[in-house]
Amino acid sequence: MQQEVVLAMLAKEPSSGSRLRARLNDALGPLGEAMNDGQIYVNLARLERAGLIVRQGTGAATAVGGAAVGGGAVGGAATGSAGRKVYELTATGQERVAEWLAEVSWPKPDLAEFHLKLVAASQAGLADPIGIVDAQRRELLRRLRDVERAAMAEPPGSPAGLLLEGIALRLQADLRWLEACERTWTDGRNR
Amino acid sequence: MTNDGSAEVLLSTRGLGKTYGTGEGLVRAVDDVDLEVVRGEVVAIMGPSGCGKSTLLHLLGGLDRPDAGELWLGGRRIDQLTERGLAQLRRDDVGFVFQAFHLMDELTAEENVELPALLAGMSPRAARRRARQLLDQVGLADRSDHLPSALSGGQRQRVAIARALANGPQLVLADEPTGNLDSAATLEVLRLLEGLHDAGLTLVVVTHDDRIAATADRMISMRDGAFVDEVRLVGGTKGTLAGLAGLGA
Repeated sequence: MQQEVVLAMLAKEPSSGSRLRARLNDALGPLGEAMNDGQIYVNLARLERAGLIVRQGTGAATAVGGAAVGGGAVGGAATGSAGRKVYELTATGQERVAEWLAEVSWPKPDLAEFHLKLVAASQAGLADPIGIVDAQRRELLRRLRDVERAAMAEPPGSPAGLLLEGIALRLQADLRWLEACERTWTDGRNR
Repeated sequence: MTNDGSAEVLLSTRGLGKTYGTGEGLVRAVDDVDLEVVRGEVVAIMGPSGCGKSTLLHLLGGLDRPDAGELWLGGRRIDQLTERGLAQLRRDDVGFVFQAFHLMDELTAEENVELPALLAGMSPRAARRRARQLLDQVGLADRSDHLPSALSGGQRQRVAIARALANGPQLVLADEPTGNLDSAATLEVLRLLEGLHDAGLTLVVVTHDDRIAATADRMISMRDGAFVDEVRLVGGTKGTLAGLAGLGA
């Protein structure tokens, strides 16, 4: 998870790590279970060292002073009372949140690898591209099954349901592309 | 559900075939299909347009006659039934769900659902009671006096599913039940079908929709009238799910 997520969640109000964790769980539903507490505390420690957040009750100057790189101490700081420390955004943190919200980055699907797998398998005569497509389709359908089961268990209108819908729609897009792959490679074989 | 021999086969076909046209124009819409569906199973049949899946569904439900092979439902051979026998079969043993809902526009949800029971000779009072119970089951008790035009797509399909269940069929056949629905309404229908599945419904559905296929017990791929692949999907873990969302390690 990107540290900007933790940073932006803090924009609502000063919060402890455990409070952030609870809010992330609300937004992620069943997917939140995969996230471990450590990720949040590691991110909080990094954000604090970068001067983007401060612990409540301490001055911003202290936080900026702690911005030096020093990964070794992170583990220690992330345990113990870390869950109860309350953090808030600094002015720099606010700016970073605004920048992050305005960013239009998007995860890139890596379709070229699969495409080239089919090309290579076919050209070398190593495997039947249709068989590869079939195996991949089964795998994606298994994933879609997991997603649909999770989506069905969510109450209507839940934020996690919306996330699951997004995952399902992407998987459907991939499955449609596999159909196109199958069609094209079947035609190629018949020519 | 797995067919390990102990499960009861509800529907089976052997060498089922249907052709259209003659000579050069001969089309084997359904070509030598062997299928066994056990009671309580949900089977999805997928394939491109024109692969014969809708024709197969029509054969299975007695809407059309095969010209080769055998068809058995609940231990009874049904491909040789008289027209009258087929009509009775469609009314009492099979429920149909269609892509375009096929509800009667001038009847309320409740009237649509009670219609098959009335046609089967149930008393109006009993048919009404049955319709209310079914609308409750599909989560639309509060919409029973609405006309279809006042319902969303997902709600209309749920009414159509309730109607398909009116006479307590052994088997429900669905032809692209989510074909006219958006993503959220599809989930409504999936959720309903899942609940009916848990309650023991046997369902054969032909579909393009990977979401339906993914939630079925078994998925069969059809090409040029024949079954070419079959897969039972078993789910993975929550960890995988989070990975799909870009979360986790």
